Amino acid sequence: MSETKKTESRQMTGAAMVVQALKDHGIQHIFGYPGGAVLPIYDEIFQQDTVQHILVRHEQGAGHAAEGYARSTGKPGVALVTSGPGATNMVTALTDALMDSIPLICITGQVPTHLIGNDAFQECDTVGITRPCTKHNWLVRDVNDLAKILHEAFYVATTGRPGPVVVDIPKDVQFATGTYHPPRKNDVHVSYAPRVKGDAAQIRKAAALLASAKRPVIYSGGGVINSGAEATRLLRELVGATNFPITSTLMGLGAYPASGKNWLGMLGMHGTYEANMAMHDCDVMLCVGARFDDRVTGRPDAFSPNSKKIHIDIDPSSINKNIRVDVPIIGDVAHVLADLLDILKADAKRPDLKPWWAQIAKWRARNSLAFKKNDDVILPQYAIQRLYEQTRHLDTYITTEVGQHQMWAAQFYGFEQPNRWMTSGGLGTMGYGFPAAIGVQVAHPDSLVVDIAGDASIQMMLQEMSTAVQFNLPVKIFILNNQYMGMVRQWQQLLHGNRLSNSYSEALPDFVKLAEAYGGVGMQVTKPGDLDGAIEEMIKVKKPVLVDCHVATLENCFPMIPSGKAHNEMLLPAEANDEATAAAFAGGKALV
Amino acid sequence: MDKQTNEQPASAYFIEERHDPNETHTLSVLVQNEPGVLARVIGLFSGRGYNIESLTVSETERNKHMSRITIVTTGTPMVIQQIKNQLDRMVPVYRVVDMTLTGHSIERELAMVKVRSKGDARVEALRLADAFRARVIDATTESFVFELTGNTDKISQFEALMKPLGLVEVARTGVAAITRGADGM
Repeated sequence: MSETKKTESRQMTGAAMVVQALKDHGIQHIFGYPGGAVLPIYDEIFQQDTVQHILVRHEQGAGHAAEGYARSTGKPGVALVTSGPGATNMVTALTDALMDSIPLICITGQVPTHLIGNDAFQECDTVGITRPCTKHNWLVRDVNDLAKILHEAFYVATTGRPGPVVVDIPKDVQFATGTYHPPRKNDVHVSYAPRVKGDAAQIRKAAALLASAKRPVIYSGGGVINSGAEATRLLRELVGATNFPITSTLMGLGAYPASGKNWLGMLGMHGTYEANMAMHDCDVMLCVGARFDDRVTGRPDAFSPNSKKIHIDIDPSSINKNIRVDVPIIGDVAHVLADLLDILKADAKRPDLKPWWAQIAKWRARNSLAFKKNDDVILPQYAIQRLYEQTRHLDTYITTEVGQHQMWAAQFYGFEQPNRWMTSGGLGTMGYGFPAAIGVQVAHPDSLVVDIAGDASIQMMLQEMSTAVQFNLPVKIFILNNQYMGMVRQWQQLLHGNRLSNSYSEALPDFVKLAEAYGGVGMQVTKPGDLDGAIEEMIKVKKPVLVDCHVATLENCFPMIPSGKAHNEMLLPAEANDEATAAAFAGGKALV
Repeated sequence: MDKQTNEQPASAYFIEERHDPNETHTLSVLVQNEPGVLARVIGLFSGRGYNIESLTVSETERNKHMSRITIVTTGTPMVIQQIKNQLDRMVPVYRVVDMTLTGHSIERELAMVKVRSKGDARVEALRLADAFRARVIDATTESFVFELTGNTDKISQFEALMKPLGLVEVARTGVAAITRGADGM
């Protein structure tokens, strides 16, 4: 096809439109799994080589891989699956992307239009099922609507607060011929117009509050990373210009460098003491692209009781949802921060922050992430620390599954850049990390991509090893194997009388053999002294590698805000003996 | 085992009772009339645990494919605000207007009320219907169907009055609302 035809409308089949739209939106990789209702699209994919299809082994894997691809590139991820089970298997990934605001375009096949509602083979109500777990979805009934809907899908997924969308295309619509038009600049949805520019009066109010703050804190989130490189740059400039301390949510790690002098560490349930105490005692809080999640706030009625709160968010529904704020600013982080900085830089008179930093220094001195050294068994914290030390100077991307290992990774792996850390924050999806790592590796073939995993989580999506081997993706799986669903076990110990109901991973597979069976490389390490060598070897091998790292089985993840407690009632590791733990946890007393 | 004396049961979540008083609000929602749009709105309410007291929907601007949904809902002020924000961010929603907050809106509901009675009760039903400016739209020798428009309170009151006079059943449309004055939403 000649270049001149690119901007013109032309006739083609629905299946060809899908591939053409992907090309027109600059999509180079899609993740998917074929089936009856998408065969016409797969036929089109076969006959071109602009868009590369990565064949996964389970549709959920396609969704998470597309999420990892999206988060590590800032571009939308695309998944293609069939009707019925293909679509229902995507539900977890869609929900995950919705909770974590990941731009994900999922194209599903559907049974032919005349069979919809007939309980046809592999039929399900895809738009009905995915309605609550997408930002928007469409069932395409006419091939002449397809081009418009596909372009709209990209627009909706990637603008405003990003999120997943589903385009459900019946097989007869894929076969039918209609008019395709390329995306147009003014091709916007009539009723959807997200606001990016913040209200000037509100920004002035925020600036005045910040300029008068004696005990300020910046609480940043995933919205900064979603907003893009400019938002990260401006956030760092804001910290530099004001000397405010900064903490971040799990999703926001990397926006401000972990090595930066104003960094307090992550906040929330397993955040650092200094971050949570600063949140509790601050007089002005600047929340940038975060949503006051319950893992962050602890007890909401005791959350930062004496502060004025400023909240920057592109999604109006995030404002005053959990915590009432004083100055809401609806808009894109980069736009709002730029305006805010202009005002703050013009007026450099600000209260002395020395007493506040002195207080923070005292909290830091509690050393809330401390753990005892052990020469006999590998402590999980130590394992992450060594992994960090040996990969920090490399071009590294980290993904995780969900549980204790995830929190230890967040605590002990320092992120210097955004888009380097992919984890399932909102939904908490075990099985996210490995397919996400595959997506990251597809986008960054020469980088080091490590999935920090647990022995339970990894088994939820381990079949994707086959994908990694097929596409020569040298992803690394680093399992902190404690033979438990560690976080479940920790909660059972702390809250349910140490009755470890179904949290022991009995009959764990031989992970080394399993990796080898797939054609990857398996390694096992059990002694602290062998750890560095194993990590070095893992990095060196240019193949998918699984490291089965045996760690202390009963280690708990601290510090921790016990349930129903406030930020200033944290339990620190040094104090977490049985009695203190029992006292800190409601209901735990009778049970220890 | 000891009885737990703590307020909070052993839970990963903070369990709290809210004591803010509930308010009733009428929301007008202008939406793109595309397939499934009503399911989206209703799904939002059920999925997030909001109340629907009444809901009416109809296409109001055919050439622009726009429908107007009027929802009467109850919740704490924070929840009401959240409902409006959640509605407003939906892709096919153009605008959400809180008719209760605008302060000068008119709300009407239509009801058809079937009453079966004889003798004095029948006469009394007809007399009350007249007082409420209800119209008789069907009659047999032992029944009436009244048509009545008004705000929710008026219709509920009429319904209550008809109960001892042989009320059989009621069909209500739910609330439609519009602002006073020259400007549209």
